[in-house]
Amino acid sequence: MAEFKTNPEIVKPENLVYKRTEMLTPATMHYCPGCGHGTTHRIIMEVIEEMGVAADTVGIAPVGCSVLAYDYMNIDMQEAAHGRAPALATAVKRLMPEKFVFTYQGDGDLAAIGTAETIHACNRGENITIIFVNNGIYGMTGGQMAPTTLENMKASTCPYGRDIATMGSPLKITELIAQLPGTMYVTRQAVHTPAAVRSTKKAIRKAFENQKLKKGLSFVEVVSNCNSGWKMTPRQANEWMVQNMFPYFPLGDIKVNE
Amino acid sequence: MKELRLMKGNEAFAEAAIRAGADGYFGYPITPQSEVMEYLMAQKTEERTGMVTLQAESEIAAINMVYGGACCGKRVLTSSSSPGISLKQEGISYIAGAELPCVILNCVRGGPGLGTIQPSQSDYFQSTKGGGHGDYRLIVLAPASVQEMADFASLGFDLAFKYRNPVLILADGAIGQVMEKVELQPQQPRLTMDEIKKNTPWATVGRANGRERNFVTSLDLDSLRMEKHNHDLQAKYRQIEENEMRYEALQCDDADYIFVAYGTSSRLCQKAIQLAREEGIKVGLLRPITLFPFPKKPLEDLSKRVKGMLVVELSMGQMIEDVRLSVHDKIKVEHFGRAGGMIPSPHDIVDALKKQIIGG
Amino acid sequence: MTEEIIIAGFGGQGVLSMGKILAYGGVMQDKEVSWMPSYGPEMRGGTANVTVIISDERINSPILTQFDTAIILNQQSLDKFEKAVKVGGTLIYDPNGLTRLPERKDINIYAIDATEKASELGLAKIFNMIVLGGFLKIKPIVSDEFLRKGLEKSLPARHHNLIPENEKAIQLGKTLIKEIHKN
Repeated sequence: MAEFKTNPEIVKPENLVYKRTEMLTPATMHYCPGCGHGTTHRIIMEVIEEMGVAADTVGIAPVGCSVLAYDYMNIDMQEAAHGRAPALATAVKRLMPEKFVFTYQGDGDLAAIGTAETIHACNRGENITIIFVNNGIYGMTGGQMAPTTLENMKASTCPYGRDIATMGSPLKITELIAQLPGTMYVTRQAVHTPAAVRSTKKAIRKAFENQKLKKGLSFVEVVSNCNSGWKMTPRQANEWMVQNMFPYFPLGDIKVNE
Repeated sequence: MKELRLMKGNEAFAEAAIRAGADGYFGYPITPQSEVMEYLMAQKTEERTGMVTLQAESEIAAINMVYGGACCGKRVLTSSSSPGISLKQEGISYIAGAELPCVILNCVRGGPGLGTIQPSQSDYFQSTKGGGHGDYRLIVLAPASVQEMADFASLGFDLAFKYRNPVLILADGAIGQVMEKVELQPQQPRLTMDEIKKNTPWATVGRANGRERNFVTSLDLDSLRMEKHNHDLQAKYRQIEENEMRYEALQCDDADYIFVAYGTSSRLCQKAIQLAREEGIKVGLLRPITLFPFPKKPLEDLSKRVKGMLVVELSMGQMIEDVRLSVHDKIKVEHFGRAGGMIPSPHDIVDALKKQIIGG
Repeated sequence: MTEEIIIAGFGGQGVLSMGKILAYGGVMQDKEVSWMPSYGPEMRGGTANVTVIISDERINSPILTQFDTAIILNQQSLDKFEKAVKVGGTLIYDPNGLTRLPERKDINIYAIDATEKASELGLAKIFNMIVLGGFLKIKPIVSDEFLRKGLEKSLPARHHNLIPENEKAIQLGKTLIKEIHKN
């Protein structure tokens, strides 16, 4: 990467308006510009920092775009096999109940190959947090159809659009797991505007705090864009997301047990 | 104090795992090994030692729970039988790739496919040559008695942690189901968190005291580094071959012929030796206790002074390939076995020895 | 001494537990033992059998095709295992429900009316102990003292109050067994 010189005026402490949390490593993220993963990573790490639980948290990374999450999240992490993060998290939490344990998973990982692990971890009410980033496509492998790809939406394995008759409907797994007695907090959020980011951060905080209550599993879906996979600019992608994803995947709390 | 009991192989394994200070068992029911989890659940392990026993939603979930637990430096195990072990292969490959310790019991039943529930040894290739994807080896222990089912639970953990490598205990339906006398070791305490942090500094237990983060992964997108990782793994396997090869030689000293067999078939061969020697045929038994590392050297040495070897397996012939490689085609080596859950009689084995080796 | 035994009958006749009590008695008497059941769906109400070996030496194969003694409790088992008794060996059967009696002349044959006696006494549950008593009369390989210890070990503590009743059944079996054919 090319070296560039920062204007010394700008880096004066009194001009500091935003600082990378120490809970993120200095590594340059590989995510595409405009992708929601970076923001989601950051707010999870801010929550961990604010709660002061870095030494007591274990995260589980998935297979998918965020497969390298452990390169960025400055806490102890495990890299799961595709879809199996909730199984790893189950064992980690059962073996070390005093730790905070979360999984970070995409839609293919959580709602296709890992459906069984997701549903059963939720049904057992494992005392963990699941962060589910839903962008309706397989980003890492190059834009194939995901379980959450919308009707008629194009992807490389449904180049003429998702045909419900042969490919099934986009899976609302979040609504599905909300029905299970084992889940105590289920919410759907987004990170495309500052307001949405604040709301998501609050949800993640609540999800982590819930682990102290030992009353079940907390599940935070983050609807996000995949501008590369959708073949749009970041801005177009966010607009498309608001117009098309949100009606099918409406934002807000789905289940809040106290 | 040591304690004598009459137990099934599966139960003895479960009891010995508790006593070996296991932290967690994760499994899914399948015949002929469901007694393992049933026994642990009946024992209320959580109350007894704090050990977690969890029935997972699938064998896939179970092995990935083992993976998660192993990442934390915990003594974790699972058990299954052939079709279930096939499902676990993905997770086993990850565990081997990430160099984590764990113990896996395969109580083998006849295959392929859903096969049968009767004892078999048809998973030898899968067990000793890797099993899942990638270039890796498991340490493979082959118990031939209920006592060894118990002993190998703790030996398995010791080896797994010594080499940071999964250990597979390759039993079969008969060893799992048979009841024999077993001497149990006293209860070992489970490791404390401080001991885990000290013994396994790589464990993901939270990055306390300002240490750098730990992460466990089997992924490295840098091919050069991945190649080096493979070289390191192979170096470890060579070290295991050097240090951990185990076998038993029975009546080999004056033998003209040798049976090579492990597990249940080695027990059948012991009876066959008795019958053959009554007829004046001098035959002995070389029983591999570790299938990886394989006892190449003892077999090579024996090949210099015996006339032939009969490899007796409950399969269509798998271990025979390793026996032939070990003796470099210097002497006659033939296979005899039954498959699909059938078990040859000791008389059949003596007849095979006469026909295929002595008269052949 | 090595005694290789097959006990075979219907699931529910207590075949496996009879073998287990005998084997545990052997353990208590410091013998080498093995107990190998047939397992799987066939146990669900179908036939059940168990191979028990009691020996002074290390036991080689727990799975056998020939036996010193066969204890036969139904017709299918007689048809299957009569030929598996070693020449000069022993076959014990309960005649209840048998449509064909053992025919071999080169083995010793004994009968025990355990089913009839158990139902006469209203003690169907200890039928298997009557049979075990008959066997021990012919082959006293485990003493009463150690068999009692075997009972204590193999029965869960909540059933220990049943031990005297079981012991009585064993003694009853010893008096019931009768010789049919001597080789």
